[in-house]
Amino acid sequence: MLVAKNKVMSAPAIETENLTKEYPHGFLNLKKRTSLEGLNMQVETGEVFGFIGPNGAGKSTTIKLLMRLIFPTAGSARILGKPISDIEMHRDIGYLPEQPYFYDYLTAAELLDYFARIHDLSAADRKERVQRMLKKVGLETAGKIQLRKYSKGMLQRVGMAQAILHDPKIVILDEPMSGLDPVGRREVRDIILELKHEGKTVMFSTHILSDAEMLCDRVGVIVGGKLRGVGAPEQLVDVKTQGMEILFELAGQSVAPVLAKATRSGDRYRLQVPEAELYGAIEQLRAAGARILSVAPVRATLEELFMNLVEADRAQAAAIEVSGK
Amino acid sequence: MKRVGVVALNTFREAVRDRVLYNLLFFALVMMAASIIAGQISIGIEQTVIVTLGLSAISLIGLLIAVFIGVGLVSKEMDKRTLYALLAKPVRRWEFLLGKFGGLVLTLAVNTAAMGIGLFLALMYVKSTPEQGDATILVAVYFIWLKLALVVALALLFSCFTTPLLAILFTAGIYIVGLYVQELRNLPMQVMSPGMTAFTKYLSYLMPNFENFNIMSMAAHARPVPGSLIAQNTLYAAVYCSIVLTAAVLVFSRRNLK
Ligand SMILES: Nc1ncnc2c1ncn2[C@@H]1O[C@H](COP(=O)(O)OP(=O)(O)O)[C@@H](O)[C@H]1O
Ligand SMILES: [Mg+2]
Repeated sequence: MLVAKNKVMSAPAIETENLTKEYPHGFLNLKKRTSLEGLNMQVETGEVFGFIGPNGAGKSTTIKLLMRLIFPTAGSARILGKPISDIEMHRDIGYLPEQPYFYDYLTAAELLDYFARIHDLSAADRKERVQRMLKKVGLETAGKIQLRKYSKGMLQRVGMAQAILHDPKIVILDEPMSGLDPVGRREVRDIILELKHEGKTVMFSTHILSDAEMLCDRVGVIVGGKLRGVGAPEQLVDVKTQGMEILFELAGQSVAPVLAKATRSGDRYRLQVPEAELYGAIEQLRAAGARILSVAPVRATLEELFMNLVEADRAQAAAIEVSGK
Repeated sequence: MKRVGVVALNTFREAVRDRVLYNLLFFALVMMAASIIAGQISIGIEQTVIVTLGLSAISLIGLLIAVFIGVGLVSKEMDKRTLYALLAKPVRRWEFLLGKFGGLVLTLAVNTAAMGIGLFLALMYVKSTPEQGDATILVAVYFIWLKLALVVALALLFSCFTTPLLAILFTAGIYIVGLYVQELRNLPMQVMSPGMTAFTKYLSYLMPNFENFNIMSMAAHARPVPGSLIAQNTLYAAVYCSIVLTAAVLVFSRRNLK
């Protein structure tokens, strides 16, 4: 009995098994395009999980499958240890759709009240929560305006509010920062961190890597419908091999050999060298009379990893196309 | 089940805010014109003119709302993606569908009832000596509403698996065939091949029979409606709507949103 209970408690917050989605396309829908291929992924309870990939990678497809807005060609998924078909389990999920759009004849307050009714909250509870959520997403003064007058960024905020309105255990956000200005992005980041502190599980998709690096305990990289790697952001990228970057100023000409490798803009130069050659380069610069502005390790960014994966995917797709003909 | 009501009330609110009920003003104009015309022609046929014009207007306005809004109930939400956030909540797809249906049928009830009462009052105003059979127009209005509910169910079903334009065409097509079901059954079967005969017969029973819902001439002549017809039409509409809605739910529950 106790064992069984423990097992349920340790189940991942979100778990997919061989989740696959094919869309028919082409003449008479005879061809198939695989948008998601055998996804096996786990999001642990209490973590912030970033789902990153370029446009068309399959992020929204995965999320829509989890929300049962579309149905898988193969595979299955569980949330909180329950099959996603369990409708009661959906009480514990908050979902922000990609580029959300809501009934434009309602005001933000009315929309949130409508969703609160769907969640069967009491009248007093609804009123209090709606106001609290509007405040949280910075719409307290716009709550009585019809949504047809809302900008894209404001709709995104309403979307965020309805996702967390009912105090869900798991929050799944599809591109929560898109369409927001820097202030709005910052606010969304704060909300995500707040959710994390409250012990919620957050999974969000993005193609903006700095957002993921800043917020996530772990990320999953998806390209071309396939999961290419999962891990902590700093685990996924290798810090050591990247060398050092020297920024310096140098007026006039010099014949120091290292200058050939530097990139110049005005009197300023940027030079990247392997760590072993750092002191040699600095000696040369001293001899040439350069003024060193900074020396910093070059950290491989998620972006580079990402670009490499995308390149590899393109090359592979091209190869398949060639061999197919 | 409670969620069906929440969705239905929101659908009603949408119709009101989209000014669907403004058509009542148009209907008021029609009724005023009808009264003026009736006043100018000879005595004795005011009742026929007013009742025929009034009921036709109620039916036509209702049909336009039922078909056009009915087809848009779900397809517009899929198109604008307004149902994404909703369907991720603890809402079953059949609850959503039934709520949308209920909301529009409620809208039509309010709309049709308002027009029906208006028509009744206009009739009372024009007639010098009211009779008991005048209440028949209220029954006629009720039958129109039953018919409209059926049309909404059909529009909803078609919109679940085809484009809005085709759904409008299909619904209108079925409505027109449904008006002539009796004629279809009375076709001279001898001149057709046995296969055609069987096909026409089955088709005539598969199609909704809208003819039974039309009691315009009874209303025009203030003849009382037998209670059995009221019961029969109510039951027919309820059963037919249930079957069509079940089919719609089966289609929609498997449907991938965009
Ligand atoms: N309804 C659909 N019909 C056909 N193809 C689709 C459909 N939805 C998505 N796709 C395809 O699936 C792939 C993944 O899309 P998506 O999951 O939206 O990517 P993203 O990672 O940008 O969210 C894309 O190639 C897209 O064209
Ligand atoms: Mg997407």
